[in-house]
Amino acid sequence: MSPLRDWPIKRKLTAILLLISGLVLVLTSAAFVTYQVVTFRGTIQSHLATRSRILAANSTAALAFANEADATEILAALKYDPHMVAAALYNQDGRVLATYPVAATADLIPAAPQPDGYRFQGGRLVGSTPVAQGGKRLGTLYIASDTKDVSDALRLSGVIAIVVLAIAMLAAYALAAALQGRISAPILALAETATAVSTRQDYSVRAPKLGEDELGTLTDAFNQMLVRIEDQDRELRRYATELEQRVAERTQELQERHEAVRRNAAELLAANQELDAFAYSVSHDLRAPLRSIDGFSHVLLEDYAAQLDQAGRDSLQRVRAASQRMATLIDDLLKLARVTRAEMRTEVVDLSGMARDIVAELQRATPERHVEFAIAPGLEARGDPRLLRVALDNLLRNGWKYTAKQPRPQIEFASTNVNGERAFVVRDNGAGFDMKYADKLFGVFQRLHSAAEFEGTGVGLATVRRIITRHGGRIWAEGAVDRGATFYFTL
Amino acid sequence: MNAGKILLVEDNPDDIALTMRALKSHNMTNDVVVAQDGVQALDYLFGAEGGAGPDELPAVVLLDLKLPKVNGLEVLQRIRADERTRLLPVVILTSSDEERDLIDGYRLGANSYVRKPVDFVEFTQAAKQLGLYWLLMNRAPPVPRRL
Repeated sequence: MSPLRDWPIKRKLTAILLLISGLVLVLTSAAFVTYQVVTFRGTIQSHLATRSRILAANSTAALAFANEADATEILAALKYDPHMVAAALYNQDGRVLATYPVAATADLIPAAPQPDGYRFQGGRLVGSTPVAQGGKRLGTLYIASDTKDVSDALRLSGVIAIVVLAIAMLAAYALAAALQGRISAPILALAETATAVSTRQDYSVRAPKLGEDELGTLTDAFNQMLVRIEDQDRELRRYATELEQRVAERTQELQERHEAVRRNAAELLAANQELDAFAYSVSHDLRAPLRSIDGFSHVLLEDYAAQLDQAGRDSLQRVRAASQRMATLIDDLLKLARVTRAEMRTEVVDLSGMARDIVAELQRATPERHVEFAIAPGLEARGDPRLLRVALDNLLRNGWKYTAKQPRPQIEFASTNVNGERAFVVRDNGAGFDMKYADKLFGVFQRLHSAAEFEGTGVGLATVRRIITRHGGRIWAEGAVDRGATFYFTL
Repeated sequence: MNAGKILLVEDNPDDIALTMRALKSHNMTNDVVVAQDGVQALDYLFGAEGGAGPDELPAVVLLDLKLPKVNGLEVLQRIRADERTRLLPVVILTSSDEERDLIDGYRLGANSYVRKPVDFVEFTQAAKQLGLYWLLMNRAPPVPRRL
């Protein structure tokens, strides 16, 4: 059998009820039987005492005269009471005058008179009563009765008690079986509901309320808890659904955006391919007519020099100069386009070394110029070495060009900190520019100086900006007329 | 001076005139054969419709890239693919200096790549140097004779 604590609540309740009622009944029965016995004993003792006193009163004469025959006769009347076992009359001296039955054995009659009073002794009720007349004690009456009535009464009470106990236990069991449901049913219902909730995750079930007692309160509390859980569960599901929906929306958005990016990339690729074809065609086709213009102007100058006056020759020279200038423009534009189209290969670039190489090249090409260069050592950056070389070349060449009219030309390449960001600096003390036009500096074909002052196409700085932008950097310039120019760029 | 001929493959009449003038100023015009497109150039080298080509191959081909019908690079490819002209010196003389033209030209076996300068003085100089170099200084490979 399983231990008590594992019993179902029904059985526990029944067992408790039976145990309690059984205990109460047993105690009650025991009290009842005891009371019966004690009462009965008192009754038969008082009966015996009364009878003794009557007998004693009747015996005074016989004792006074020591009449043995009368005494025996008086005692013989006891035979009408079947419970009487023995009796004796003692005279003043304590000698036995008469006995009942006449031939009573010594074990029935004590040899000397007992002290007065009654007591149960060896399954019998025995007692001694004084026989007196006129205040004078004449002798003692001894009487012994069996206790069969007492044991009969005890047996009867015991049987009654057992029968009552049995019936009461049966009734208690029946009642317990019937009434335990009042307590166990709501608990079982609660347990069943809780099981349903936990196994099926169904928060819509409610425990049935079977009364207004504490179990009813418990059921109410449990149901309220379920209501709250159901609400929260619904809320939670709503959030989950909303979240799913939002995720789906975001995914959709992302896909659309991705699609847009892909389309843009495709468009960009197409545009790049177009630019490529355009540049290729420019490279081939736009220079040929220029060559004809220049070539045939030259032919005119060579072959028809005699027919031309100075103005004519001058005009032809201008035509030639213009065509050559246009060729330079086309070449510069092609370089700019190439910078835009070129694939980027990123690596660590030694900008200081690069600047030294460019400066050496400039000095080789124009050895008659003396420019003071200050190149900070160890300047490095991550970028495409070819493109960065083009940018740095343009910037240093720029400085070289615009310091041509400066008696002590100086060009510096260094790095500085601009708002916590490292910026590279190319500074010269040349012609400079008016800050009013700073925004025009990097536009294609934008020039702040006439070709007569300084030659150039206005593509160089546009190319530089294109390269810096492709590296994710910025470029800007500061300057003042005749006070030099400073170019800053970040990478 | 027993120099071979120059095959000038050029579609632009101005460029032909200017090139001829530049070469003439150095007495080399007699040696110039002009083909005005890729087909003419190939016809000259290999003969039209399977016909016989020239008795003697030119000493050098000055080849423009942008040509009608068959472009310069295709002409170069055909020249290099044929056993007879495999070793024929070819100089690309063109307007463009696009990187991919340079790479394609050398990859297909051009011997030299010269960009035509816009400045006629420079152009004349270039033509003169090309003529002098390829006709006089350069030793051409032995030409396989036609059977």
